[in-house]
Amino acid sequence: MTLDFSVVADVWRALLGGALGTMFLASSGMALAMLIGVLGVWLLRGQMLLLSFLVGAFVEVIRNTPFLVQIYFVFFALPLVGIRLNPTATAIIALGLNGGAYAIEIIRGGVESIPKGQTEAGLALGLHKNEVFRFIILKPALRAIYPSLSSQFILLTLTTAICTSISAYELTSVGQRIEAETFRSFEAYFTLTGIYLVISLLTMWFLAAIGRRAFDYPQR
Amino acid sequence: MGTQEFLFLLQGLRWTLLLAAIGFAGGIAFGIVVALMRVSDSPFLRIPALCWIGLFQGTPLLMQLFVAYFGLPLLGLDLPAWGAVTIALTAHASAFLGEIWRGAIQAVPRGQTEAANALGLHGASTMYDVILPQAFKLSLPATVGFLVQLLKGTSLAAIVGFIELTRAGTIVSNQIYRPLLVFGVVGAIYFIMCWPLSLWGRNLERRMSAGVAK
Repeated sequence: MTLDFSVVADVWRALLGGALGTMFLASSGMALAMLIGVLGVWLLRGQMLLLSFLVGAFVEVIRNTPFLVQIYFVFFALPLVGIRLNPTATAIIALGLNGGAYAIEIIRGGVESIPKGQTEAGLALGLHKNEVFRFIILKPALRAIYPSLSSQFILLTLTTAICTSISAYELTSVGQRIEAETFRSFEAYFTLTGIYLVISLLTMWFLAAIGRRAFDYPQR
Repeated sequence: MGTQEFLFLLQGLRWTLLLAAIGFAGGIAFGIVVALMRVSDSPFLRIPALCWIGLFQGTPLLMQLFVAYFGLPLLGLDLPAWGAVTIALTAHASAFLGEIWRGAIQAVPRGQTEAANALGLHGASTMYDVILPQAFKLSLPATVGFLVQLLKGTSLAAIVGFIELTRAGTIVSNQIYRPLLVFGVVGAIYFIMCWPLSLWGRNLERRMSAGVAK
C-alpha cells in the first residue's frame, strides 16, 4: 500500500473553491433556516389552527426522514411546480427546509420558557402584539437557546456534504471529481475530512462571535 | 409503482434496519468505553476520548463512510461493503453516544459519589452500582433521539453504493420515472420507523422533567 497525497495537494485550488462552496451553502442554509424557524414559531403561536397544525406536521415530517430523501424530493418536486433552479440553489432550499424544522423546534422551546408575565407586562406598556413577540419574547428566547441552535447549525454545515448527491457545488462533489480523475480515493476523502474539521471549527467560532455580538446586553 | 417495486424497497429496508441495529449495538458497546474514558481522571484516557468525539462530531458522516470504505482495504482488511459501512456507523455512534453518556454521568449529583465513598464502595462499584444506573435513566431521551438520527444516517450508505432503502428508492425511481411517488413512499417508510421513536423519546423527556421540576 502506498499513499500519495501529492496528487491531492496539486488540486488545492479546486479544494479551496469547494470549501468556499460548502461555506456558502452552509451560511445560506443557516440564514434560510433561521427565517423559517422564526416564521414557523410565529405561525405556531398564531390563532390560525390550520396553519399551526401544518407547521407542526412539517416539523415532524422533516425531523423523521433522512436529509438525502428530502433533497431528492425537493430536487424532483421543484421543476414540477415550475421552479427551475440550479443544483446549488436547490440544495440551499433543501438545507433551509431541513434546518428550519429543527430551528422551529428549538426556538419554540425557548419561547415557551419565557414567563407569561413578561408578555403581559409588554402589552400593559402599550406595545403592539408583534412588537411584544419581537422584542420581549423572541430576543430573550433566542439568547436562551442560542447554544443548541449553534450546534444544530454545525450539524447543518456537516449535512451540506450530502448535497453532492444532486451535484451542488461544494467540497464533497469537488472531492468526488478528484477521486474520479486521480483514482486516489482514500487520499481525496481523507483530505476532505480534514478540511471539514477545519470548516466546522470555523463555523463554531463564527457562531460564537455572532452570539456575543447579538446578545451583548447584560444577563438580567 | 407495482408490488414488485414495493417488495424491492422492502428488501432495501431490511438492510437499513440491519445497518442501524448493528451500528447501534456496536455504538452502545464502544460508546460506554468512550464515555468512561471521557470522565476518567487520567489525561491519557480522557484526551484520546475527547479527540475521538471531536473528530466524529466535527466531520460529516458521509466522509466517515468514505474514509472507512476506501481506507480499511488499505490497512489490509478485505471487507464487503456492508462491513465497512457498519464499522463506520459503529465508530460514529460510539462517539455520539459516548458524548451523550458523558453528559449524563456528569449530571448525576456529586453527592452520590461522595455518599458511595462514605459507604466504603470502591471506585468501580461506585461507577457501576451508583452512578451508571442513574446516568442511564437520565440519558434515555437523548439516546433514543440518537437512534432516530442513526436510522436516518444509514441512508448515506446509498451514496457509497450500498443498496439499502434510499438506494433501492433511487433504483426504482430510475426504472419507473416517478421520483416523487417513489421518494414519497421511501420517506413515508422512514417516517413510520422514526416517528414512534421520536414520540417515545419526547415522552420520556417530559416525564423526566416533570420529576425534576419539583
